[in-house]
Amino acid sequence: MFSLARVFAIAHKEVLHLRRDRLTGGMIAGIPIIMTLLFGYAINQDVRHLRAAFLDLANTSGSRALVMDAQATQVVDIVARAKSDADMLAMLRRGDISVGIFIPPDFERRLADKTEPVAQLMVDGGDPIVLSAARGLMDLRIGIDKRDAAQQVHTFALRAFYNPERRSVVFIVPGLTGVILTLTMVLFTAIAIVRERERGNLELLITTPVQSLELMVGKILPYILIGYIQVSIILALGVWLFNVPVKGSLWDFYLAVGFFVTSTLTLGLMISTFAASQFQAFQMTFMTFLPQLLLSGYMFPFEGMPKAAQWIAEVFPLTHFLRIVRGIILRGAELGEMWHHMWPLAVFFAVMMSLAVLRFRKRLD
Amino acid sequence: MAEPAVTTHGLTRRFGNLTAVDHVDLTIPKACVYGFLGPNGSGKSTTIRMFCGLLKPTEGHAEVLGLRVPEDAEKLRTRIGYMTQRFSLYEDLSVVENLDFLDRVYRLPRSSRKSRIDNQLERFHLDDRRDQLAGTMSGGQKQRLALACATLHSPELLFLDEPTSAVDPESRREFWEFLFEMVDQGTTILVSTHFMDEAERCHQLAILDEGRLVAEGAPDTLKDNLGATVVEVAGDDSRAIHRRLMTLDAVYSASQLGTRLHVLVDPGVSAPEELIDAELKRAGLPATIRRVSPNLEDVFVMATLD
Repeated sequence: MFSLARVFAIAHKEVLHLRRDRLTGGMIAGIPIIMTLLFGYAINQDVRHLRAAFLDLANTSGSRALVMDAQATQVVDIVARAKSDADMLAMLRRGDISVGIFIPPDFERRLADKTEPVAQLMVDGGDPIVLSAARGLMDLRIGIDKRDAAQQVHTFALRAFYNPERRSVVFIVPGLTGVILTLTMVLFTAIAIVRERERGNLELLITTPVQSLELMVGKILPYILIGYIQVSIILALGVWLFNVPVKGSLWDFYLAVGFFVTSTLTLGLMISTFAASQFQAFQMTFMTFLPQLLLSGYMFPFEGMPKAAQWIAEVFPLTHFLRIVRGIILRGAELGEMWHHMWPLAVFFAVMMSLAVLRFRKRLD
Repeated sequence: MAEPAVTTHGLTRRFGNLTAVDHVDLTIPKACVYGFLGPNGSGKSTTIRMFCGLLKPTEGHAEVLGLRVPEDAEKLRTRIGYMTQRFSLYEDLSVVENLDFLDRVYRLPRSSRKSRIDNQLERFHLDDRRDQLAGTMSGGQKQRLALACATLHSPELLFLDEPTSAVDPESRREFWEFLFEMVDQGTTILVSTHFMDEAERCHQLAILDEGRLVAEGAPDTLKDNLGATVVEVAGDDSRAIHRRLMTLDAVYSASQLGTRLHVLVDPGVSAPEELIDAELKRAGLPATIRRVSPNLEDVFVMATLD
């Protein structure tokens, strides 16, 4: 006989578990709050403030007005004035800018001709969202309507670099290496120490002469190798199945992966010093994974997020790794040009490792 | 007299409101088997964990091999061995892999690693289990492996926390032979147990109850100085006999041991058998009554009387 009383007894017991398990209890409220804030506030498909540079070879009042007009749309933020063609391309390759505004010497003639675009937008085509934002700029009106609105000629010609066919898979696969590693690396290490605690191994281990740092480093070493295996699988699939071009040096790429994997692994170690059970380690891993996935610029454009969300995202290893990996794989950048994205990974590693070692006590109380 | 292996002064450990270990003063001499006897929750494990530096005393202090714990616990690591109550080796590693791992963690000389491990395998009768996963072994085999691992680095002092609770009597006997062998070689062994027959084998014994040290000494001394006469009563209705005898002022306690009652009587009573016999006859409860020599159970009951 089906007994409602038994059902209630079980339900009541479940509520008791939830009340004792503060983490799950916290997630009941925490996840909807965090997700709503992230989706509603931080994630903004309406891209603004793309970093841009311009190269004005015409240097007339009209060309200067065009740059001002572009700035006024707020779609781009002019952050630099390029000295030359090569200079602008280098900025684009390093990832310093996403958009370059090129104004040719014959700007005024083109303006008068009304038959061809007056200037060119050079865009990092590796990022589909940047590409579509730039497309919105193509028909920017100049000054006080010198041109007929009905005209079919764009103000800007659009030139997408690094992904001329504009295939989104090219953009997704390199970033996917970082996203997958962020999940697996954190999960593996988070569980590694907690499992010893759960199975009772830790009580024996901490009565041996092993030092906290030795334990931490020993725990992450095998996973660095696993990280390399995973990255190689993803990249190989990307190249063979999806024709993702590898523009830069594989050595640079693998060196960057090393930085990224070690820093991400320390996040797992940190979690393992907090979690009491493997299940808690799972929960915490997903709680750190979701914000990284959503804020790193993988799923949604970084430039669209409010400043506060960008600052938070700057802490995540994934944010920096995405910039590095897109730079190397898609734009052929050299690791030397990417140093400003490498040191945040090193800092993250040092801070997390120190915290994990300090938090891990060779005691049971 | 040689320096003791362990000394404690007012050693106390609280977990919230619960006092697990309550002002314990102990001196554990070297080269003997020293037993902690007490029921579950009497503070045996907590005390051993404090000795290993795994828990910090709330009050008082403990010195192990002349070093303060937990402050100097790291210096102790290579000199002590610890066998946890719960099997704490890696169940998904083989016997040899477990030994090899600990051998490396203790940084024992690499050149003699193989012979050292082979030696342990032979000594603890595990040679035919070399490649078996630890998790698939029987209770007795696991316990021998745990002991092999705890003694791999030849510690001066060995802590064994209820080592035989999951083991059959035959394996327990064998296990104690290992312990005496080690003591002969100069090792000090501290073993906790709730088995009276194991406690009998210890050279020295500390009886713990609710965190307090209630009696200490050699088993024979403890029995000789019981402070009560023991009378064994066997009758048909032992529950009624028990109730009746507890009404006598001279009876300290009556506890069931198998089918018989062990009755502890005030030693001032000159003829305790007659006293009990007369009382039971009055109550119409037939029983056979004889005086027996005290055992450790009686010592424990006396020591924990309110």
